[in-house]
Amino acid sequence: MAARKTTKKPNVSAEELTTYYREMLLIRRFEEKAGQLYGMGLIGGFCHLYIGQEAVVVGLEAAAKEGDKRITSYRDHGHMLACGMDPGGVMAELTGREGGLSKGKGGSMHMFSKEKHFYGGHGIVGAQVPLGAGLAFADKYKENGGVTFTYFGDGAANQGQVYETFNMAAIWDLPVVFVIENNQYAMGTSQARSTSTKDIYLRGEAFGIPGEIVDGMDVLAVKAAGEKAVAHCRAGKGPYILEVKTYRYRGHSMSDPAKYRTREEVQKVREQSDPIEHVREMLLTGKHATEEDLKAIDKEIKEIVNQAAEFSKESPEPSVEELWTDIYA
Amino acid sequence: MATEILMPALSPTMEEGTLAKWLVKEGDTVSSGDIMAEIETDKATMEFEAVDEGIIGKILIAEGSEGVKVNTPIAILVEEGEDASALPAAAPAAAAETEAASAAVEAPAPAAAAPAAPVVDLSPDWPADAEMKSETVREALRDAMAEEMRSDEDVYLMGEEVAEYQGAYKISQGLLDEFGPKRVIDTPITEHGFAGIAVGSAFGGLKPIVEFMTFNFAMQAIDQIINSAAKTLYMSGGQMGCPIVFRGPNGAAARVAAQHSQDYAAWYMQIPGLKVVMPYSAADAKGLLKSAIRDPNPVVFLENEILYGRSFDMPQVDDLTIPLGKARIWREGSDVTIVSFGIGMQYALEAADKLAEDGISAEVIDLRTIRPMDTGAIINSVMKTNRLVTVEEGWPQGSVGSYISSVVMQEAFDYLDAPVINCTGKDVPMPYAANLEKLALITTDEVIAAVKQVTYR
Repeated sequence: MAARKTTKKPNVSAEELTTYYREMLLIRRFEEKAGQLYGMGLIGGFCHLYIGQEAVVVGLEAAAKEGDKRITSYRDHGHMLACGMDPGGVMAELTGREGGLSKGKGGSMHMFSKEKHFYGGHGIVGAQVPLGAGLAFADKYKENGGVTFTYFGDGAANQGQVYETFNMAAIWDLPVVFVIENNQYAMGTSQARSTSTKDIYLRGEAFGIPGEIVDGMDVLAVKAAGEKAVAHCRAGKGPYILEVKTYRYRGHSMSDPAKYRTREEVQKVREQSDPIEHVREMLLTGKHATEEDLKAIDKEIKEIVNQAAEFSKESPEPSVEELWTDIYA
Repeated sequence: MATEILMPALSPTMEEGTLAKWLVKEGDTVSSGDIMAEIETDKATMEFEAVDEGIIGKILIAEGSEGVKVNTPIAILVEEGEDASALPAAAPAAAAETEAASAAVEAPAPAAAAPAAPVVDLSPDWPADAEMKSETVREALRDAMAEEMRSDEDVYLMGEEVAEYQGAYKISQGLLDEFGPKRVIDTPITEHGFAGIAVGSAFGGLKPIVEFMTFNFAMQAIDQIINSAAKTLYMSGGQMGCPIVFRGPNGAAARVAAQHSQDYAAWYMQIPGLKVVMPYSAADAKGLLKSAIRDPNPVVFLENEILYGRSFDMPQVDDLTIPLGKARIWREGSDVTIVSFGIGMQYALEAADKLAEDGISAEVIDLRTIRPMDTGAIINSVMKTNRLVTVEEGWPQGSVGSYISSVVMQEAFDYLDAPVINCTGKDVPMPYAANLEKLALITTDEVIAAVKQVTYR
């Protein structure tokens, strides 16, 4: 874990900080609720929670502008909430219901939103990396000034297609920000056991792609790095890599007992580097908000999440006819 | 308000588990994320975290309890100052709901085997009086791409050696000159990567044509073709389609041995969400490729190196398109139906000529599109001839012909006067030696022998 930078007097407004607090809290509460619904058997199959990594997407979304695209792997609930997709629609997809964003046909790992420029939700580790570069290829072709955030993990960073993509993104100057969400574990395999390079972004150097390490537990640091990367891409200078050091508190999926790391390791991150606590502290110590203000936000978020959960339970299962639709356009 | 804490399902298959250990006791305050208990599932021991804040009012299931069913209340969470007895009699609330939700859905019954004549589109592909000119398949494919690129700015061509080299097989000859490097793009040798980039660009609104130098190399990219291109429309509930064409030579060329000689028709035919085209003639290559480029779905377009240089009559009409999924009857006949596609048509047509000399009248159908398959055209013909032989270059097990056989058995069994025979390539990797290669490939004589067998001659 990268050491927390002390941003005691950050150049940031109360409003902005409050927004980050709210957005990160929404992801955390949503994921906790999803874990609970999974436990009740209402969500099936694989379910990968984003708890602990909230500052990554919230910080990067703050650096994006309308029309920019994003694509990620199967740990995608946070990305969808951060880009403004409806929590009810996401939760109802998790429960496999008609009101889900994919009408219940995609599930946790496969969700999309044309409206919010969210291109999935991909279940094959690493496959989203060339797809993301392809979205950037389309933006460049159409000369629309768009940038694509292509998220992948430290595990995916060992897939060959990532480096095939780095090469082409570099030779074609594609406007893509490769975001390596390094949570240090590829399912149960630690980075030290699976990856020859300590800092994965350095692999970009071989392709002439600049990059840097970012403290993924500090939303302001993520946003600042995101702005720099986006500016690089928009200026036509080609791709940029952000290796965001983060941590997932929960197992790889709901059925992972996480025996490959100690409880103390997880506890230490939670206590010392939690991204939400970090913003909470800034809000309180900077006198941007009172305990009461934050409690009100907590309550409001809880309400949103409860409503999403209710919707996801009440929405009916997809009609039987849906089995045969959407196979061909 | 007091709430029940339920026994969680902690794996996709867990129905019950052991409550191994409580890490909290009655009276403890918990908040979201605190570990409350250890639970043994069918696979592992898992930590069970609190979601809501509160005080553990009562523990209902003691640690060490085995066989605790999912959704059984295991504890009661109360708010400060509240009594655990405040909770109304515990009822396994959520369980009933999920059971009801997962009540078996009856799959639609298979269509009853009604031997009624299928509706078949027999309309001509171009006006009967169209002027004809001789043209190679190579020219036809290039013209199809050029015409579509002229009419739609979003269509582009990507692949190895398609631009400056003018195409490894010269299919893209002249396209770089006309459309420039923005739309005719040389890639590095990196099939998996560029197939994925092309699919992503299709999600982003473009209409890529991806040329694989041969389909053997597309095996490097097959994950992107199937998992990303073919399935996304379904997985997105209809939101995100993938208008893309994957094209290139498929099947055996000449003396290039096992790794460069494979027919993928049967492989791609399996995939819902893909369309699969395999033309034989130049006119079909042109009309079908133009339709494939316009199609909003991913299309696998299987060409053949040996056919590239072959000349056929090309109708001189503006904007020749041929609908995907429509077979063509090349030759009408009454004694036997021969169904083929791609280079298999060469053997089917040669066999039909020779069989005619022996007084056997063969009807020859070119499927042209393998998926969706015009099975109606086959059934219709079999109802007339009562005999069927299929011809393809691919391997026998799980072949296109074996699928056709099963369809004909189910839908026209009563019309068959002989078992269907599938003529295929031999069940061996393609050998290099000239004599062995010849033996591995399908031959006209084998087709003739199969027809004689089903016609009892």
